[in-house]
Amino acid sequence: MSAAHDHHHGPAKGLSRWLYTTNHKDIGSLYLWFSFAMFLLGGTFALVIRAELFQPGLQFVEPNFFNQMTTMHGLVMVFGAVMPAFVGLANWMIPLMIGAPDMALPRMNNWSFWILPFAFALMVSTMFMEGGGPNFGWTFYAPLSTTYAPPSTTFFIFAVHIMGASSIMGSINVIATILNMRAPGMTLMKMPLFVWTWLITAYLLIAVMPVLAGVVTMMLFDIHFGTSFFNAAGGGDPVLFQHLFWFFGHPEVYIMILPAFGVVSAIIPTFARKRLFGYDSMVYATASIAFLSFIVWAHHMFTVGMPLAGQLFFMYATMLIAVPTGVKVFNWVATMFRGAMTFETPMLFAIAFVVLFTMGGFTGVMLAITPVDFQYHDTYFVVAHFHYVLVPGAVFSIMAATYYWLPKWTGYMYDETLGKLHFWLSFIGVNLLFFPQHFLGLAGMPRRIPDYALQFANFNWISSVGGFLFGFSQLILLFVVIKCVKGGKKATDQVWEGAQGLEWTVPSPAPYHTFETPPDPKLIHAQ
Amino acid sequence: MASGSSQSAYYVPEQTKFPFFASIGLVLTVFGLGNVLNDIAAGNSVTTSTWIAIIGFLILSTILFNWFATVIRENHAGMNSDQLKRSYVWGMMWFIFSEVMFFAAFFGALFYVRQLSLPWLGGEGAKGIAGDVLWPEFQAAWPLLANPDSSVFANPHEGLNVKEWSVSFMSGYLPFWNTVILITSSVTLHYAHVALKAENRARLIQWMVVTVALGLIFLVLQVLEYREAYGHYGITLNSGIYGSTFFLLTGFHGFHVTLGTFMLIVMLLRCMKGHFKPDDHFGFEAAAWYWHFVDVVWVGLFIFVYCL
Repeated sequence: MSAAHDHHHGPAKGLSRWLYTTNHKDIGSLYLWFSFAMFLLGGTFALVIRAELFQPGLQFVEPNFFNQMTTMHGLVMVFGAVMPAFVGLANWMIPLMIGAPDMALPRMNNWSFWILPFAFALMVSTMFMEGGGPNFGWTFYAPLSTTYAPPSTTFFIFAVHIMGASSIMGSINVIATILNMRAPGMTLMKMPLFVWTWLITAYLLIAVMPVLAGVVTMMLFDIHFGTSFFNAAGGGDPVLFQHLFWFFGHPEVYIMILPAFGVVSAIIPTFARKRLFGYDSMVYATASIAFLSFIVWAHHMFTVGMPLAGQLFFMYATMLIAVPTGVKVFNWVATMFRGAMTFETPMLFAIAFVVLFTMGGFTGVMLAITPVDFQYHDTYFVVAHFHYVLVPGAVFSIMAATYYWLPKWTGYMYDETLGKLHFWLSFIGVNLLFFPQHFLGLAGMPRRIPDYALQFANFNWISSVGGFLFGFSQLILLFVVIKCVKGGKKATDQVWEGAQGLEWTVPSPAPYHTFETPPDPKLIHAQ
Repeated sequence: MASGSSQSAYYVPEQTKFPFFASIGLVLTVFGLGNVLNDIAAGNSVTTSTWIAIIGFLILSTILFNWFATVIRENHAGMNSDQLKRSYVWGMMWFIFSEVMFFAAFFGALFYVRQLSLPWLGGEGAKGIAGDVLWPEFQAAWPLLANPDSSVFANPHEGLNVKEWSVSFMSGYLPFWNTVILITSSVTLHYAHVALKAENRARLIQWMVVTVALGLIFLVLQVLEYREAYGHYGITLNSGIYGSTFFLLTGFHGFHVTLGTFMLIVMLLRCMKGHFKPDDHFGFEAAAWYWHFVDVVWVGLFIFVYCL
């Protein structure tokens, strides 16, 4: 096959373009659309929960179905919405940012994506099976998920297996791309932080997804082959499940936030019209957070009991995470300090990220304190904490990224008025939704229960109103994106006045193939 | 031939039908397997679900075969630049790292049970109180021959020294001989690699045959050991945590040896077809790395599962 033939094929026509594509931009779009669909599905599950909790008593759903909703909401949002969204952004942006012609392994890239819809079809279908779907929470603690689990758990396990395979292949691709495909002159310490954070995220994924595969495999054996890993009657230990799960689970939460750091580190300098403050320290802070993520898992399970030395170790190690995270927050604020700031939609989301994610971080430090955690554990305080880091944290960063790069993807500017409307409704909605949950938790309301005592009623209805406001506001995002894909004001190549980086040197919309020849090294600047 | 390491020569394949249909094959396989397991648990007929799994697996394996064949064909046609080949190298290295972490989960479980939770269950240490309340009679031991509740998980047969198992039907300590076999196979594989680089095709094939044979012998011995464990010692998947960890660790290792042997057989057939050049044989090297990895895992197993 000649090189010339290689160079000039555009997108194929019709459905086959999307089924058979090897193009990183197509696959990135597939991931992002899939993620948005899952975001709406998981959001619907959340609204079922908030509708039920609008007032005390059982209104709409059976307790068992409520449990399925909390479980599926968590699983769909974590594995279906947030992670694929970041993989979609990685697919679109990493080759553009490092001056590569595509991802390193384009066919495997397609496979990584196409496993996902099938895996989620399998997982969601469990809700229609005899005995109902998984009802043991997204953390699926044994023995709830083994001895007392519905039969559909078998399919849940296999769904986790294949989506784990998808994640591992996707991560291998990201690492191979970053390590092997950088344009000449793109040294590691010149890479945009989004690339850096994804390099480290991909490493985390390859390290911990196999552990998740291992733990669900042990569940499968306990359920079907009579082993006793999580059954003390045979000499096993249910707590072993929690250790293995959280060895995966804690790095997993950083997998969902490190790329967000990368996004925000790209957006804030653009709209502050200053270089990112402390680039090197950002890289080292990201690596430190990743390292620490492996040695803090047991802070999720202080109340289960462990030797005092263990409690102390995990408490201090967890509090240590505040240091590199603080470095990052400081750097973002310092980047904005005395900048010529403007507040377009991506910047609004990015600033909201810095403020609200930091709040989620502070409640994390509170939860890290072992004796205090004994009080907070399994209350709405924990729910408020991790939703603050995940929704106005990870999800806001994904929205910021969408608005930021949408003109580069579509060639048109999005509707700024609608974008700002979307931001403000989301911002108000998300705070109404989650801020009162801090108080509910401190007052002792347990999570994952469909009914509650009367004194929790006020904060709960406020939270539910916020939930519906936030949820329905997301339809604005859908509308803005569709409108932008269809047309609008033409975007320039540069798009944003203060934007730096290789992705802004290619036309808008980015051609189907970019950087088939490496970019001029003069275009590559230190960050 | 695409030349050198210039970026413009990076081969981005056009559309491919492999992954989409491989996904269908994969999901059918696991859907069928899940149904088989649930049918067995519910006492239903497994015929339909078995067929779903078989059809899914046939689709998946046919596609993977063609996928690999296409990649090999493209390489022979000179479409792969040095840079693309480096992508494969990175890909295989990180895949092996993921496998390391998969086994790390099982080793972690073993260490946790032996060092922490089992002594606690026996009433010792920081959480020993739980053991005192649950099963006051229970004594922690490794290998665990008396389970906390033997009415739920039957004990292995009494009166046998598990530490010396496999001695009964052949002379010597079987896990030791399996260790010797696997380490030897890594050495013979290395000689095969040396022969490949020296362009000595006959010797390459000889060493590959020896390596594959050693892999197969290992697997046969493992099967004999499992039969001995089940039949003679009463150590089964159902016999408590000792059997659980033993079979999961050695079983997944055996599964990886099976896969590794299969890869080596494919490489042997490719050697016989005249594939691979002294400076271009990454398929061979990938299989070899995988085999060495499986070997290293076995050394870990030998130390922590059998010896200690």
